[in-house]
Amino acid sequence: MSSIEFRKELFANERPEGLNEIGRPTIRQDILGHVTGRSPFYDDHLFDGLLHMRCVRSPHHHARIRSIDFSEAARLDGVIRIVEPKDVPQNLNTLLSLINFGKEDEPLLTPSKVGYRGEPVLAVIADSERQARAAVDAVRIEWEVLPHVLDVEEALAPDAPVVNEVYPGNTFEYYDKYDHQKLRFGDVEQAFATADRIVEGRYRMSPIEQAPMETCGAIAVPETNDRIACYTSTQALFFSLGTTAKLLDMSSARLHFVGGTVGGGFGGKVDSIVEPMSVLGALLTGAPVKFMWDREEEMQVGAPRGAELWDIKDGLDSRGRIVARSFTGYFDSGAYTRLSSYAVVKATGHLPGPYSIPNVASNVYCVFTNRTPATAMRGFGITGVDFAIECQMDRCARAAGLNPIEFRILNAYRDGDMKAHRRKAKNTALIECCQVVADKSRWLIGSQSRSQSSLRGGGGERAEIPATAIDEVGRIGDRRRREVPTAPFAAGDRKQLPAGTQRGEETPAAPPQNPDMLGHLQSESTAAADPLPTTQSMPRLQPPADRQVDRQPARIPTRDPKAPASGTDAGQAPTRQPPTRRPPVRRTSVSRHISGFRRR
Amino acid sequence: MPRTPITLVLNGTERSLFVESGENLLDALRRGIGDLSPKYGCAQGTCGTCSVQVDGRLQLACITLAETLSGRSITTAGGLAEGNELHPLQRSFMENFAAQCGYCTPGMLMAAKSLLDRNPHPRRQEVVEAISGNLCRCTGYEPIIDAILKAAEVMRRRTR
Repeated sequence: MSSIEFRKELFANERPEGLNEIGRPTIRQDILGHVTGRSPFYDDHLFDGLLHMRCVRSPHHHARIRSIDFSEAARLDGVIRIVEPKDVPQNLNTLLSLINFGKEDEPLLTPSKVGYRGEPVLAVIADSERQARAAVDAVRIEWEVLPHVLDVEEALAPDAPVVNEVYPGNTFEYYDKYDHQKLRFGDVEQAFATADRIVEGRYRMSPIEQAPMETCGAIAVPETNDRIACYTSTQALFFSLGTTAKLLDMSSARLHFVGGTVGGGFGGKVDSIVEPMSVLGALLTGAPVKFMWDREEEMQVGAPRGAELWDIKDGLDSRGRIVARSFTGYFDSGAYTRLSSYAVVKATGHLPGPYSIPNVASNVYCVFTNRTPATAMRGFGITGVDFAIECQMDRCARAAGLNPIEFRILNAYRDGDMKAHRRKAKNTALIECCQVVADKSRWLIGSQSRSQSSLRGGGGERAEIPATAIDEVGRIGDRRRREVPTAPFAAGDRKQLPAGTQRGEETPAAPPQNPDMLGHLQSESTAAADPLPTTQSMPRLQPPADRQVDRQPARIPTRDPKAPASGTDAGQAPTRQPPTRRPPVRRTSVSRHISGFRRR
Repeated sequence: MPRTPITLVLNGTERSLFVESGENLLDALRRGIGDLSPKYGCAQGTCGTCSVQVDGRLQLACITLAETLSGRSITTAGGLAEGNELHPLQRSFMENFAAQCGYCTPGMLMAAKSLLDRNPHPRRQEVVEAISGNLCRCTGYEPIIDAILKAAEVMRRRTR
């Protein structure tokens, strides 16, 4: 059976009839332009009087600017304008502020202290690229070089240099509370204590540059109707438009973004840097301005996939079932957040991989170092940890003396199983994938493994949410106070959430930065809405009604008599604490113009 | 900045333009004439996206001085098709999924054309060598190699 027929059979009940594209070659709709050289990449737009913008960049990983002298550069032939940090109207941003996540931590042009090599501090606009380069070389900067840190573990040392003043602990701050993202499901420490054998592994991934053939760039052109057109290589057209409107504090209605033909992105063209820079240039000069990275810039300052470090610990029972798995993960975000904070959340949602494990815990850190800020790349947040998990699976199989494919089938998740992030698995197909891989690679597996199916054997007890050990380890600032946990899942005051608890503690949401966002949430919610909160009070956001129905009240723990007794004090009264009300973190407000919601 | 007038033949048509001292052929073609098919990838002669033919020889436009090309004949990917009639290489790239983002494609086509011009019967290894100066980050090269081999077949049938 070919793999194509196989897929059709597996998802037969979910496929409408008449889908017959899979397995047949088809011609890309855009390929005629590609083979004739006519596809309109951003740089394939010609403008009379085009000006060229280039950045003055830091030669140091971590340094303070003592003084800048650009008087000589400004006098050079062809130089139209020197762009300074003060020319950027809203010169502090974090990309995910558009979805209200994280604190503003990165300037477009850095006024005082740089956190990575290649960080831009000034820009030059000139008639030609050559003149712009000459002017960049003529800028004199006196630097005070600071100690730097290039490794996640070193960055977490209590006395590590502060990379990014907005996050003095060198980590992103989750829920304004912890220096890492937690996942707790069951009780790993208790399960490790009774496991037959323990397998531990450490896995490292280097940063990887996406290296698209077309470097990042944009051309901004004043249009006759007081709008600015921006031709860009971005992978995220409207995200870039919103970010540009915010940084330049202008109405998004004045921006006309043209994209769609991208010369390779692979995740590296979402950071919205070239667009605000070129639009700023056009606003300041009234002329078309191109801001394009050359190959050296693409490799040096183009945001790569960040480095990752994962520690995985597994507990196995005598039959080779994984009974507990814990992770400590570190994402190297570089000097600024960009999107790594989100990668951590996404990775956590993926744990413990496509396996049903009754006890799972993880602490994942988004760490700031003096490296180039990291960003998206294919499978962002998942690829690295999947590499670690699958290496670890091979190690576990070896330790248990089992065939690695049979070991995966034994531990694979099945439809109806409860996953560690408390959603039921559906459309699982790992077992079938393993069987096909075994066939294709002529790898012998036993009849027992051969007869397994993702559709059978899941759910039931495997759908239960176990009693869960929780802890308060890793509060923001602990590391600087040298309170570093030695046993991350067993230290401190542990508490127990009763079995069946959908979520952990109530986490008060940070107030939306933009009133538009609040209106959006309320209009989606069918719950009785509170009156509009004032800007000072903490809004209590109501989750959508369907989620409320789904959630079981924590006061009435549902005890299935058949459920495995997990946790010594599982039967005790829940020790859930009322949410503590803390003052909201002050965040710089976003542009009034970003969301189109108000106009709708 | 001193400017030099040059006249060259681009895809069979005589073109005259001024070029700056030290200007490369890539800029001269793209900005000076408006043939946007050669692409900027590295401007240091390493990626092959700007590949063109100068008097039938494969050359990297980004490291070729425009001033030296007076009277020479340049072929770019923009000149491969004759009207709506695509070159067999172009047709084969389309049919064999040999382009994804399309940015390396014009340079890749020129490298392939240069190979087939001098060797109508390339072995697979010869195709690999012929495009070894052209980077592609999307396809993994295999569809491109297949496309070139299949185009060679089509072209052999035509000339037979």
